[in-house]
Amino acid sequence: MSGEIITGKKTVMTPFNVIAGMVVLMGLIITAIRFTKGLGAATNLSDYNPWGIWIGFDLLVGVALAAGGYVTSAAVYIFGMKKYHFAVRPAVLTGFLGYLFVVVALHYDLGRPWRLAYPFIVGWGTTSLLFEVGLCVALYLTVLFLEFSPAPLEWLGFKKTRYLAVRLTMVLTIFGVVLSTLHQSSLGALFLIAPSKLHPLWYSPYLPVFFFVSSIIAGLSMVMFEGMLSHRAFHDKMDEEHLSESDSLTLGFGKAASLVLAGYFTIKIIGVAAGNHWNLLTTPYGIWFLVEMIGFIALPCFLYAVGVRDKNLMLIRFTAAWTVLGIVINRLNISVIAFNWHLPASDRYFPHWMEIGISVFIVMLIILFYRFIVTRMPILYEHPDYKGEEQ
Amino acid sequence: MNETFYTLHHFLLHTESVTYLIMLLSLLGLFGFWFFLTARDDDQ
Repeated sequence: MSGEIITGKKTVMTPFNVIAGMVVLMGLIITAIRFTKGLGAATNLSDYNPWGIWIGFDLLVGVALAAGGYVTSAAVYIFGMKKYHFAVRPAVLTGFLGYLFVVVALHYDLGRPWRLAYPFIVGWGTTSLLFEVGLCVALYLTVLFLEFSPAPLEWLGFKKTRYLAVRLTMVLTIFGVVLSTLHQSSLGALFLIAPSKLHPLWYSPYLPVFFFVSSIIAGLSMVMFEGMLSHRAFHDKMDEEHLSESDSLTLGFGKAASLVLAGYFTIKIIGVAAGNHWNLLTTPYGIWFLVEMIGFIALPCFLYAVGVRDKNLMLIRFTAAWTVLGIVINRLNISVIAFNWHLPASDRYFPHWMEIGISVFIVMLIILFYRFIVTRMPILYEHPDYKGEEQ
Repeated sequence: MNETFYTLHHFLLHTESVTYLIMLLSLLGLFGFWFFLTARDDDQ
């Protein structure tokens, strides 16, 4: 636990470290290829498919799964659920790292990193949704950095600066919720410009609403999923509150996720009804749509509810992992699988192995940064100097 | 389901009607689901 210094020789050559080292080495080599030889050498992107998995997975999935930060902060500071306070720091850290590496991954797609700030300092494209997404992500990343800053400031012993950062908590939470509402929905709105390219079962005028509501589900599920993994990997870093209250968090967030999933299922059905696309449900794409609707929305909704009723924590945690997978599938369906669905197979997009390699590299970097921070800073426990302090 | 629509008015009348029916059924269903979800809350 905190405050204790664990001595003794530890080997660096653990199976995880070896695999992580190989992934990082592979990622660095592909990075060099991408930035010296261009997109053509490292991707299967084309004029038909200008957005691949670096957008579909790294960005759309990354932003959705990083929603745990604003969901948990809102639950604790705006809705007054103080009993979940212990979960704020891990959730904000996951959100901060998620958004940070969304921006890193975006560089691979855009290239020329030194021009990243151009939309804000050269040309304000105020009529563009991409500009709004970019501005929101830039601002929200700053907000997450400030929300996360008390942890490193406590670690470094900067008490006065930490005091100032903590005083900003409420206003930062409000900013976080507003900015997340804007850009989570705007990521869905990006596809409104392509009604002829996205399959009608996934295309809907309500796409922004679908993206925002599903981001709440992603955030709740990710907090439970990440909590489960943290319990296994960093059990010794957790204080009593973390260890004793995590079951209550699982039950509370499981109930919330079940309810939001029920609402999400309803509005997805309304999306089909509004377009009168019932006849498409019997096509191959329709079957896949039903797999998503029943297998990854209705089923987890029911499993969460059963888990909450029976207080079956294992079932709720399994369902959280299943729901996270469902969010990944939903974002990939919209950006890759059901996108350009009418093109012949020869023109369809399948990611190059280097694209997959960079996505794995980015996920590994998030895990490594998370581990580095959690093993050093007061994330899973309260710093002894500030114990019991109201935030 | 495979009805042919000759005017936008006809299409919207059909889809909006179906949507309102679904909304009504969903609201009733969500009430039931809420009771199912919270039925054992008092035991806690």
